[in-house]
Amino acid sequence: MTHQIGGLDVAKIREDFPILSRTFDGRPLVYLDSAATSQKPQQVIDAVSDFYAHHNANAHRGIYTLGEEATERFEGARAAIARFLGAPSADTIVFTKGVTESINLVANSWGRANLHEGDEVLITEMEHHSNIVPWQMITAQTGAALRYIPLTDDGLLDLSQLGSLLTERTKVLGVTGMSNALGTITPLRQLIDAAHAVGAVVLVDAAQLAPHHAIDVQALDTDFLAFSGHKMLGPTASGGLFGKAELLEAMPPFMGGGEMIHEVFHDHSTFKAAPHKFEAGTMQIAQQVGLGAAVAYLEGLGMDAVRAHEEEITRYALDRLIDAGATVYGPKDASARGGAVSFWFKDVHPHDLATIVNEQGIAIRAGHHCAQLVMRRYDVAATARASFYVYNTKEEVDLLADALDHAQSIFS
Amino acid sequence: MALDDIYKEVILDHYKSPRNKRELPGAELQCHANNPLCGDDITVYAHVEGDTVAEVTFQGAGCSISQSSASMMTEAVTGKPVASALDLASEFRGMMAGDVDPSEDEFGDLVALKGVVKYPIRIKCAVLAWDVLQDALVDGSASGTQPHTVG
Repeated sequence: MTHQIGGLDVAKIREDFPILSRTFDGRPLVYLDSAATSQKPQQVIDAVSDFYAHHNANAHRGIYTLGEEATERFEGARAAIARFLGAPSADTIVFTKGVTESINLVANSWGRANLHEGDEVLITEMEHHSNIVPWQMITAQTGAALRYIPLTDDGLLDLSQLGSLLTERTKVLGVTGMSNALGTITPLRQLIDAAHAVGAVVLVDAAQLAPHHAIDVQALDTDFLAFSGHKMLGPTASGGLFGKAELLEAMPPFMGGGEMIHEVFHDHSTFKAAPHKFEAGTMQIAQQVGLGAAVAYLEGLGMDAVRAHEEEITRYALDRLIDAGATVYGPKDASARGGAVSFWFKDVHPHDLATIVNEQGIAIRAGHHCAQLVMRRYDVAATARASFYVYNTKEEVDLLADALDHAQSIFS
Repeated sequence: MALDDIYKEVILDHYKSPRNKRELPGAELQCHANNPLCGDDITVYAHVEGDTVAEVTFQGAGCSISQSSASMMTEAVTGKPVASALDLASEFRGMMAGDVDPSEDEFGDLVALKGVVKYPIRIKCAVLAWDVLQDALVDGSASGTQPHTVG
């Protein structure tokens, strides 16, 4: 087995992931669907288990010692995540159950307060449904218009008409940092500067970017950045939203309930300061503690090494898949893209392909990847998608390529 | 595929050489559905004479399971009384739910799809055409396409 890929000792990393020792009909699991959700290292599983076994209580409520321990670990995770994203303080990180909730929070809280008839929301045709549907809903309610940055034939954002799309009417730009359907890495800094030049705020969907790429929200100067813990080695329902302090402070709460209030009267309530005013009810305490352990794990690997591994294995996969006869959607240059590789293989429908390679123990995604606008843009009903993370090897890519040959032999 | 080879061959035969895959001019019954999860898309055309399903055809695109199921369906229901065709649709759904275990005598080629039960996420692919047929026979008396979404 190749041990070093892009600066990661993959063989050693694999020992941390107990699920990778599973077999299916005697064949080892080849997990190539990390863009959907990543596997979890023992360190994260232990952090969640240790929290429940030794420190479980509700956060921010108990006067007793156990409650203080729970609060300390919950807030410790917030601080760790803030550091991981380069945020100026832990108070700029709102915990949510992931990108979908984070974008709904911004669309509803910021959107309801700031969007009016005549205003425009600008997103891209590359977005995951979670960065489309909340904006459709809020623009329908506020009377603002929703506009889209189109895509080039090569799977890049087509910025040739940006000047007419991003105008003084634009109040918010929502853009992915890395496409889950095409792999494309978008020019965030350029887009953020252009949006700020017309007075728009920017929300970055970092669901795919945060697991694979170092992020510094201050260097990016983004106003909001949404991330999902479960795609970056953390538990499901962990994740959050970075927001600039002055924006979060000015925004009304999203959901009402316990723990987000300061005082409740018969006719009104007052609210806590951010981030707590956005965290109504009992939070995903153990899950966010697990995410704290996940970012510690990623920091231990080094995000530059994580990105270098992704680039190297993606380059290898593009070569192998294209050689095998697959049509790949999105950029073909591994340095311009992430490790989610969407493709169509000859005459084999993606669903059939996913079933056939599953017989070899290989898990790939088939479908529209919650990006139906992308599918429509490239006139394809569905694609197969292989995606990679820190535990994947070139040998696994070889197994996929071999399985493609097998699929071809069935359908030819 | 772990599906038994003989069944695999039946499925692939219907997939590569679909039967009755064409529009049916003048069909008084017509329904359309798609499964947005995977892009499977089926339109079923039916011509009923009296109480008998005189002719059924389909158009569409999708995976081998959805398209072969549609092809087999057109052969299985043509010439049957409408009530029998609807019964067969129910039995087919029962087979895909694992509740009915038909013999090849009763089900013909359709029994080849029994192996799909092992792949729960793909059962929808197999039943799509049957759902559309049922819609056509039960509700499809109005001409034209009735958009219908499953999955």
